[in-house]
Parts: sequence; C-alpha cells; structure tokens
Amino acid sequence: MKTLVIYLMAEPETPELARAAVEGGADVVELGFPFSDPLADGPVIRRAAERALARGMRTQACLDVLARTRELLPETPLIPMTYASLLEARGWEKFASDAAAAGATSLIVADLPAGDRPDLRRIQLVAPTSTDERIRLAGEETDGWLYLVTVAGTTGARDDLSPALASLVERARAATGVPLYAGFGISTPDHARAAAELTDGVVVGSRALLAAEEGADALRDYVASLRTALDS
Amino acid sequence: MSTFGEYGGRYVPETLIPALDELERGWREACEDDSFRTELHELLTTYAGRPTPLTLAERFAPGKRIYLKREDLLHTGAHKLNNALGQAVLARRLGKHRIVAETGAGQHGVATATVCARFGLECVVYMGEEDMRRQQPNVERMGLLGAEVRPVDFGTKTLKEATSEAIRDWITNVSTTHYLIGSCVGPAPYPEIVRNLQRVIGGEAREQILAAEGRLPEVVVACVGGGSNAIGIFYGFLEDENVRLVGVEAAGAASLGSGRAAVLHGARSSVLADEDGQIEDAHSISAGLDYPGVGPEHAFLRDSGRAEYTVATDEEALAAFRDLARTEGIVPALEPAHALARARDIDAELILVGLSGRGDKDLAEALARLA
Repeated sequence: MKTLVIYLMAEPETPELARAAVEGGADVVELGFPFSDPLADGPVIRRAAERALARGMRTQACLDVLARTRELLPETPLIPMTYASLLEARGWEKFASDAAAAGATSLIVADLPAGDRPDLRRIQLVAPTSTDERIRLAGEETDGWLYLVTVAGTTGARDDLSPALASLVERARAATGVPLYAGFGISTPDHARAAAELTDGVVVGSRALLAAEEGADALRDYVASLRTALDS
Repeated sequence: MSTFGEYGGRYVPETLIPALDELERGWREACEDDSFRTELHELLTTYAGRPTPLTLAERFAPGKRIYLKREDLLHTGAHKLNNALGQAVLARRLGKHRIVAETGAGQHGVATATVCARFGLECVVYMGEEDMRRQQPNVERMGLLGAEVRPVDFGTKTLKEATSEAIRDWITNVSTTHYLIGSCVGPAPYPEIVRNLQRVIGGEAREQILAAEGRLPEVVVACVGGGSNAIGIFYGFLEDENVRLVGVEAAGAASLGSGRAAVLHGARSSVLADEDGQIEDAHSISAGLDYPGVGPEHAFLRDSGRAEYTVATDEEALAAFRDLARTEGIVPALEPAHALARARDIDAELILVGLSGRGDKDLAEALARLA
C-alpha cells in the first residue's frame, strides 16, 4: 500500500482540516509553519504563508495548532515543514524539542540541505540535480523516509508528472533502502498513481491547499480521489 | 565552503547545492587561471573604464579633506559593473547561456543587462513593482539593452521579493542558468565571489590616496545595503589597523544596527527580523539600501570590531545629495549620499568615501522630496 502525504498550512482551522484529510485517506500530514520568504515554494504555498502570517501564525501559534491536531489524530504521523530562519530564531534544538513535545513525528526544513546540522533529525530532500553522493548522504541522515523532489523547481501543480522522477528513483534505490515519497508538482489522481508506481508514496501540497480553502468536505473528497487512484 | 565566523553558509533547497558546488569549483579554477584574470582586467580597463579617479571634495566639507572614489564614473554609472563583468565571464566558463538577476535601484539590473548584451547572453531581471516606479529610467535602460524585466508584485514589491523570485527562477532553470547576484549576499560562495570582484575599488583607492596625500585616510566610509561597494572599498584597508572602516546604513533598513541573526536568501546574517525569525520590511528612500539583510561578512566585521556601522536618515541623505551637487558639481546616487551625510560629521580630517554610483536614476524621486 502506497503512502499518501498531505501538506496543510498551519492555521486555526487546520486540526479539523487535517482530520478531514485523514478521513479521506491521508496517511501522513505535513504542517507548514509559514515563513515570510519561502524560497522553495511556488505561488500557492507562498500566498498561503502570507495569509497565515497575516493571521498571526508565528511559531508558538503553529505549535499550538500542531498540539491540537495531535489531539484529534493520535495515530497519524505529523510533520512540521518550515525554513531555517524559524529554527535559528527559536534555537535549533529547542525548536525540535518543542515540536516533538507538541506531537511532531519528525521535521522537514526546506532550506537546510543534507550534510548541514546532521544532529537535527529530519526528513531529507533530494532533487533531480542531486549527485549520487548527496543522495547517499541524504539517505544516511534522513529520518524514516526520503522526500524526492520530482522537478528542478518550486512547489506547485504542474500539467504533467516530471520525466525526471524515474531516473531519480533509480538512483535513490541504488543509494538507500529507505522508503521514497515523491512530491512537488503532483496534483491529480493520475499524477499520484503514476508517481506511486515508481515510489513508495506521494506528497501533495499546493493542490491540497486549494481544496482546503473550500473547506473540510472538499478536502476530504479531494484526498479520497487521490487515495482511490493510489489503491487502484 | 567559506563562512565568516558564524555567518554565511548555504541555506537553500537541495536543488541548488550541486549548482553551488559547481560554481565554487568554477570560481576557484578561474582564480587560478591567468587567462581569466587577463580577460577580466582587459574588460575592466577598456570596457568599464577602470581605474576610476579619486576626487578631492573641498567645497563639500570645508576644513576636511574628503576624497571621493568615483565609481559613479564607471560605465553604467555604478560599481555594480565590476561584479557583473566578473560573473559574466565566469558564467561563460561554466557554459551557462542564460542569466537571471535581481535588482533594487536598477543599477545591478542595468550592469547585468549590459554584460549580457556584451556577451550575447539571455537576460532576465526581477524587480519589485515599487522599485520599478521609483527607478523608471533604469527599467527603460534594461529594456533597451535587451533584457526582460519581470515585475514582482507581491510582498514588499522591492529588492527582498525580487531576490526571492530570482532564486526561484534559478531553482527552476538551474541547468542552463547562472544567477548573477548583485551584492555580497546569498549562499556561499556568492559573498566571497562578489567581494573579490569588488575589492578592485579599495585596491585602487589605497594606491591613489597614498599618491595624493602620502598617507592613508583616517576613515573609510561607504554606504551599506547588501554591502558590496562597502566590502570592496574596505578590503583595500582591512590590514591597515589604524584606518577606521565605517559602513552607513539607511536608518529604516539598519540590518547591522538593529537586526538579529536570521536566515535570508541562503545565508545566516544580521537581518531585520522579528523574534520568530520572520523577515521584516525595510524602509528607505534609496531603493538600493531598502533591503532587510546584509552580506554575512559585514556581520562578521561588525562583531569582530574591525568595522563599525552607523545610519543616515532619508532627510540626511537628501541633504547630502543636494549639497554635493551644488558644491562639487557631482550628482551622487541616493545610496552613497548616506555615506556622504555621515562623512561630513565624522571626527576626522582625511576621509575616503565610496561614491558608489551616480544619481541620474534618482532625480525624479529626490527632486520631488526636496521641493
């Protein structure tokens, strides 16, 4: 069975939205802690971050959302995804321990590549541009699974699944035995199924945020459509 | 990878790490290569107009001997060309035929568009809509030079967002594209590359002031936005321990004066940020200083005590802008007008000021404020 990871921006409504995503068939929920200057993100997540920050979603508020999500979803892996500046400000270890205390299963830091601060346990990302050596390093340092960035680019829906994914999967399989989940640019059930034929799971962010803007029912239905495609 | 004490680093998405490794290798090879140095020297002299002169500004500050290092006389009107030429030659060595850049005041965008025209490279420049309004002549110059200017219409609509968008473009097109960053900011090795391409300013100025005065200046003053002209002129005097190095930030954009350690645009530095690490807006009449971050090496020089940093307000810069025009017949850019404003009240007699660019681009904005 393939793993379905859904990304949501941390906002006051997010615990209920996360529950709807899990009801729709999400196995893992990533919680975006917004940053003012998110270099890895395309327009949808950037705008969601701007909105969340305008609503006061600073680190402590995000941790509170994480803790409430954990209460609603005691079993689901919950993974904050953020940027280095938030960890720098709170203290690197303190951020990680506060997140763990609030119920985080692991952590993703989009602008902290493998090799930097190896003591900070987190899920590492690899990209089509990564060398075999870097994929091996990321595989060694990663916390549970490896996040395959399917394209050279930022987050956001694309018309087609990246042709770069197949060779990245091949190189990653040769370098590491950890599960591989593909993300960036996956938005339709067809993308999800095609990506999951190569990998152990998929991550869907920008398109899930758009569904979440329409409410919990829309998000649940959208996630269910991905789940159905992955299970077919 | 070079860092500056606890500052610098490479806080970027994984996609860029191999490109930064490639850039660092290419840069080190170029530095060892006589043909690279010869080509760059030839371009700087026959195309850019180096060396730039040193001008004694007697009427601007009576009772002092203030020398201006005239980067305003460089081709395209600012020191930015030193860096753009060097990086363009480097990009060609790396086999990149497309260039992306960010610009605030437009001087770096113009310098980049210029070198791309000179070398036949495709050029895309990201610029905030607010800066496009403030610096309309430079937008038109970039278009004439064949560059595509892409407006950035979100966030602060200034240099911070333009830089983020340029980096996102680079992430997306990294195999064909060189990111020609305009200041000594960004992930390693950029701060080091830009500093080494700008240190020609300080190297020349040191020889020139020794020839003119037979001694070194008491103080070297330069404006600091990202900090490339300041680091370039400071480097000529870094080993001269008796020479004070003074950087002048815009009062509303004092990353070194009122910032804290944070991560912006790929580097850890001193940044205008809140206690949660969110980047705050900067405010300056000068688009080139209107940036909440600063080069990591300046943060290091501040902490080590080798350089000191102070501020000038919009009004002080405007007054110096007008006064230099009226007393010396030189219209400075609003950015170095901040350095001029502080230079005239510094308690020293022999002072070197980095006049990093000329003020044509600022006339509309400055005259409206001075009226």
